Amino acid sequence: MDRIPILDIQNLSVSFSQYVDMFRKNDLQVIKDLNLKLFEGEVVAVVGASGSGKSLLAHAILGILPYNASFSGRMSYCGEPLTQMRIEQLRGKEIVLVPQSVSYLDPLMKVGFQIRKSVNDKRSKEKMLQTLNRYGLGEEVEKLYPFELSGGMARRVLISTAVMDSPRLVIADEPTPGIHIDAAKQVLGHFRKIADDGAAVLIITHDLELAIEAADRVVVFYAGMTLEEAQASDFSDESKLSHPYTRALWRAMPQNGFRAIESIKEADL
Amino acid sequence: MNKLMVYMFKNFIRMLLLLLFVSITAFILVSLSPIDPLQANISQTALGSLSQEQIDKLEMYWGVNEAPIERYLAWVRAFLHGDMGTSLLYRQSVASVIMQKLSNSLMLMVFAWIISGGIGFFLGILSGMNRGKIIDKLIKGYALLTASAPTFWLALLFLLVFSVWLGLFPIGLSVPIGMDAASVSLSDRLQHAILPAVTLSITGISNIVLHTREKMIDVLESEYVLFAVARGEKRWEIFRHHGLRNILLPAITLQFASISEIFGGSILVEQVFSYPGLGQAVVTAGLGGDIPLLLGITVISAAIVFAGNFIADILYGIVDPRIRKGARS
Ligand SMILES: Nc1ncnc2c1ncn2[C@@H]1O[C@H](COP(=O)(O)OP(=O)(O)OP(=O)(O)O)[C@@H](O)[C@H]1O
Ligand SMILES: [Mg+2]
Repeated sequence: MDRIPILDIQNLSVSFSQYVDMFRKNDLQVIKDLNLKLFEGEVVAVVGASGSGKSLLAHAILGILPYNASFSGRMSYCGEPLTQMRIEQLRGKEIVLVPQSVSYLDPLMKVGFQIRKSVNDKRSKEKMLQTLNRYGLGEEVEKLYPFELSGGMARRVLISTAVMDSPRLVIADEPTPGIHIDAAKQVLGHFRKIADDGAAVLIITHDLELAIEAADRVVVFYAGMTLEEAQASDFSDESKLSHPYTRALWRAMPQNGFRAIESIKEADL
Repeated sequence: MNKLMVYMFKNFIRMLLLLLFVSITAFILVSLSPIDPLQANISQTALGSLSQEQIDKLEMYWGVNEAPIERYLAWVRAFLHGDMGTSLLYRQSVASVIMQKLSNSLMLMVFAWIISGGIGFFLGILSGMNRGKIIDKLIKGYALLTASAPTFWLALLFLLVFSVWLGLFPIGLSVPIGMDAASVSLSDRLQHAILPAVTLSITGISNIVLHTREKMIDVLESEYVLFAVARGEKRWEIFRHHGLRNILLPAITLQFASISEIFGGSILVEQVFSYPGLGQAVVTAGLGGDIPLLLGITVISAAIVFAGNFIADILYGIVDPRIRKGARS
């Protein structure tokens, strides 16, 4: 019997309409025909270069695309269509985003308030302290402003915002930028734990190595298209990878020779 | 704490330098002005009938033949001793003329300052929160219209409509004509102040509306608001939690910076309504070559405007945790 995926994305395309000049509009397609399934307990990584539309994918799922963007395709959540109305009910509760950087936190609000979404009751405070504790953050962090957080603390604070209500779907946008590899592995470990608690986790990253390390499945994204979808274990062997770009990415990883990625030919896509 | 003191001290020194600069500029401008104080203040026929001796005396009184630099230095010396000199036109000490006129103007300006700040802030937020909707277009349209309408024109229009046609308010002055100063009631004064104050407020509002709207839109387009949306916060929650908090800082700066505009506006408005305030006094002093009074008013108003900015800077430091905490460590 087929399990019902928590998130099922079919033929998702996202495009921008921009004015070329006063009268002509141009459609810029950023994501093309993306397909993605996420099951309970699973960590899936989407890997793509900078500017390939990774953040937009996250924003599309959460229904927060910019006003000049349009999308087509179908998304369903636990077997039901994920319409704009539905996502507005679910986001922040069952579907949560772990944003890309501290600039997604209000610069003038204490971190504790933001973790508990400005709710001030006793239960939320307790939950917040538990969460801080869980990620190795002291109680004093509650009273800090975002500008006072170090990079690693900020990461953990951002993750804390996600687990206040037990989410079913976590979308983490670039959760490990510029932090030390051990710290990054620790952060990814947190996501594994969230998945083990019964959620599906989508990790968006540009780092194939980390993706293989952390995820069950890896989806490689290039210029808005899905090039390859493989089990993380397949990446131990180049011959199991079907697409030249993925192979090139694979070869560029330190343990596989560190060879530069040659530009891939249009025909390969 | 130390850092904050240094910051305040620096600001204070800067303020003194600016005052010096303002007074010099004002002095140079008056010195270059082609207005001959004798011609301006004494009628042509009277001037013709004066003896040379009397004219010499008058020229000395108005300081016509003194070198400008000497006059300026004398003024600065006296000013540093707390003496702003004697107004040539009013034949009273400059300090007392300023006090008297300022108390009239202050009523207008404080009213306009609070009203334009309050209403402007509110409308700006309303407009920014509803960007692109009808209410935004109406508010923005109104603000652009009043921003581009010259203050004196608006003042004339109001005078015409509300005083002349509808007869709701007196045509000018700050107290009823021919009434004994002692018997003027507060309500008389208010009656006379309302129309100029409202005119002044209206021109002040547009600026605050447009700026607040702009800032509100910036906040709403920020990543932290996007994240708040992604966390399921609704419009009103977003405004309460993030909007107000983040719009408050620029609003403080804006509100104190607007003092200078209110000052500028008051000169025109007082002129049209013949309202005997500081604005009118400065015009009289400028046209009549009353240098001590002109300099006195210039320096005092500049000091008020600078003090406003100074207060804004300090408030900013208190409200913004990035400055507050940065200064403490
Ligand atoms: N509002 C917009 N209007 C037009 N184009 C946009 C807009 N927002 C994003 N884009 C374009 O869409 C593309 C994908 O953007 P996105 O932010 O998803 O990239 P990303 O893969 O997350 O990159 P990064 O790794 O730097 O975060 C970019 O090329 C960007 O120029
Ligand atoms: Mg991104």
